[in-house]
Amino acid sequence: MRLAAFDEMLPEVSGLRRPYSAYDRWLKEQDPARLTEKMQDAERVFRKTGITFAVYGEQEASERLIPFDIVPRIISGNEWRRLTQGIEQRVQALNAFLDDIYHRQEILRAGRVPRDLIAKNEAFLPEMIGVRPPAGVYTHIIGVDIVRISEDEFYVLEDNARTPSGVSYMLENRETMMQLFPELFQKIKVRPVENYPQLLRQSLAAVRPQSTKGAPTIAVLTPGSFNSAYFEHAFLADQMGVQLVEGQDLRVVDGHVAMRTTEGYKQIDVLYRRVDDSFLDPLTFRPDSALGIPGIMDVYRAGNITIANAPGTGIADDKAIYSYMPEIVEFYTGRKAILGNIPTWRCSEPDSLKYVLEHIHELVIKEVHGSGGYGMLVGPAATKKECQDFAKKLQAKPSNYIAQPTLALSTCPILTEKGLAPRHVDLRPYVLVSDRIQIVPGGLTRVALKEGSLVVNSSQGGGTKDTWVLDD
Amino acid sequence: MLLGRTANGLYWMNRYIERAENMARLVDAGLRMALTRTQSASEEWNSVLLSAGSDATFTQKYQDYTASNVSDFLLRDTSNPSSTMSSIETARNNARMVRTALTRETWESINEAWMALKRMLARPIDERDLPSVLDAIKRETALIRGSFYGTMLRNEIFDFSQLGTYVERADNTARILDVKYYVLLPSISWVGSSLDNYQWESILRSVSAHRSYRWVYDADYKPTNIADYLILNVRMPRSLTFCYRFLAEHLKFLSDDYGERHACHATAEKTQAMLRAGSIKDIFDAGLHEFLAGFIRDNTRLGDEIAQDYRFY
Repeated sequence: MRLAAFDEMLPEVSGLRRPYSAYDRWLKEQDPARLTEKMQDAERVFRKTGITFAVYGEQEASERLIPFDIVPRIISGNEWRRLTQGIEQRVQALNAFLDDIYHRQEILRAGRVPRDLIAKNEAFLPEMIGVRPPAGVYTHIIGVDIVRISEDEFYVLEDNARTPSGVSYMLENRETMMQLFPELFQKIKVRPVENYPQLLRQSLAAVRPQSTKGAPTIAVLTPGSFNSAYFEHAFLADQMGVQLVEGQDLRVVDGHVAMRTTEGYKQIDVLYRRVDDSFLDPLTFRPDSALGIPGIMDVYRAGNITIANAPGTGIADDKAIYSYMPEIVEFYTGRKAILGNIPTWRCSEPDSLKYVLEHIHELVIKEVHGSGGYGMLVGPAATKKECQDFAKKLQAKPSNYIAQPTLALSTCPILTEKGLAPRHVDLRPYVLVSDRIQIVPGGLTRVALKEGSLVVNSSQGGGTKDTWVLDD
Repeated sequence: MLLGRTANGLYWMNRYIERAENMARLVDAGLRMALTRTQSASEEWNSVLLSAGSDATFTQKYQDYTASNVSDFLLRDTSNPSSTMSSIETARNNARMVRTALTRETWESINEAWMALKRMLARPIDERDLPSVLDAIKRETALIRGSFYGTMLRNEIFDFSQLGTYVERADNTARILDVKYYVLLPSISWVGSSLDNYQWESILRSVSAHRSYRWVYDADYKPTNIADYLILNVRMPRSLTFCYRFLAEHLKFLSDDYGERHACHATAEKTQAMLRAGSIKDIFDAGLHEFLAGFIRDNTRLGDEIAQDYRFY
């Protein structure tokens, strides 16, 4: 099935869109052979610098490159302003929701979100009840996945409020584009993204515990060099100029979390953790975790360390909660959500389940707790047998699934051997929350490289593009 | 401020880079001997393996001491943890772990060396290609060293890296000598025989010093001079004295920076003082093998103490 999609560069109806006009002029002057060469240069740059990711579930758990396409995805200043308003509103609501859900639970009392959805949710951490993190911020770093289906319609596909990844690609993609095509950046005014690490560091420093004396010591906590996103963890620590630590480097000393240095243990004030909640503290969560720090939750509850993002933020980006986001935004901000949700059927509701089973060939069905494109069904692309098998799983545990219509995601051209060809894209801008909300003008554009494919995840054959927000 | 784990990674990264190169050097010396002295080639390959500390694991796998077996085992066999391929892989894994402590140039040179060697050592090496493979290995490690010296800040990160390099190098030189110490002993029956001559040359080749030797000493190989060169010469970059000069220096930088001395400082200074005071005659009188065995033991202890004193684990 081919979907008639909106192309962001060359929509069929109206011709070349304005944000792309300067780029298009430049492109027409280029020798196609030279562009192909540049494409290969880009791959060499990535391999040399070791920008790789590991793929789970493959025999050779080895390192692979995320394919990079050299045609930028371009967003006008106006479009960006609209997007940022919507994102800001949403991020405010997410933090307010988290604070409420771990304290008075007004939204449950008001009956806007069902109580069961929280109480029975694995992403809800009872350990966080009554805990107020330093500066009152729960989710400090957020990636909001946005899709576009027409000139004016943007939707939030999902919120990533736990440990969103990919920001290193946003930075390296830009770096690579500037190396490959310096002349383009002189012709076209693109808003810079490279100060993200500085903003991140300032943002983390601003949410340090109240008791911190002097400049806070910040560290990035990684599961280790075998983790698929290790490159990014090292990259961010390096760019921020802070230590990259593993659980084995840390222990609780005198009521603080401290890292083992060559001169003994040194206190850490802010921990940007890139390990999941359940691995954070073997005394509180998974006792078999070797990645965490025994006792860190006690230090946290005593207010002696900032953990970013806070434990328990997963309750805000859970796919079952997602369908309530319009209500959540309205409840906490008092205004209608600027950025809409994709219509979502909650399979836990009998009527919805019935509809989903009847229309399984048209829908995208996702696991409530899944991520990375694993364990989902894209109905229109699936075989009859795949649909039948999935229907059985769905009936066995309906509450584990949500379903959405198959949207005609907008497309953006990529460079192929036969010239430019449209491919479906999405967008993940990165948001930093401290005493203010900051959104770096840009983000990660993921692109489904296979013709007609709607799955943009890097683990499923997706690639990335540099994302330009124009300074106009 | 440096994490103990990072110091550990830097230390081992550099030990393994040094080791990767040393393996190529040993194979190079063995190959040379095997080409010029065909009748004693297998003996020569055996002592190459002994110097590499890999003889026991080799004999579990192979029957014959041939150029292709030994070079395969020492250069590309990933079941041998000290082979060039294993070493460069371990070095890169450590570099990945401590990446934030390295300059981009240093990381890229290690990553590129790993990519190049992985490609080059993927299949068994044709004997005709062996010289060019050995050259390529030495070139890759030289590039790493060049980027490292050229771009790294001279701070504690540099110090721990250098400690790894020189502990490994001192160990390597002492082992090469110890495997062949008997050919350096003043034995009347051997003096002047051609057998000695090529054995001596082989020792010098193993540390890439057969040419520089002639600049420092006479044109003739003399066992006391060879021992003196590899043990006591201050200018020879692979001599024990040279290694300990730098070990002591970098340990002193650390104790000055941190304002704290440890057991490793005393151990390094003791060995350095012993090397400084000794003459090659004293060493031969007391027994060359005993000297070298004692040195290797103390050098290993120094490594352990550094790990403990600076909280590697």
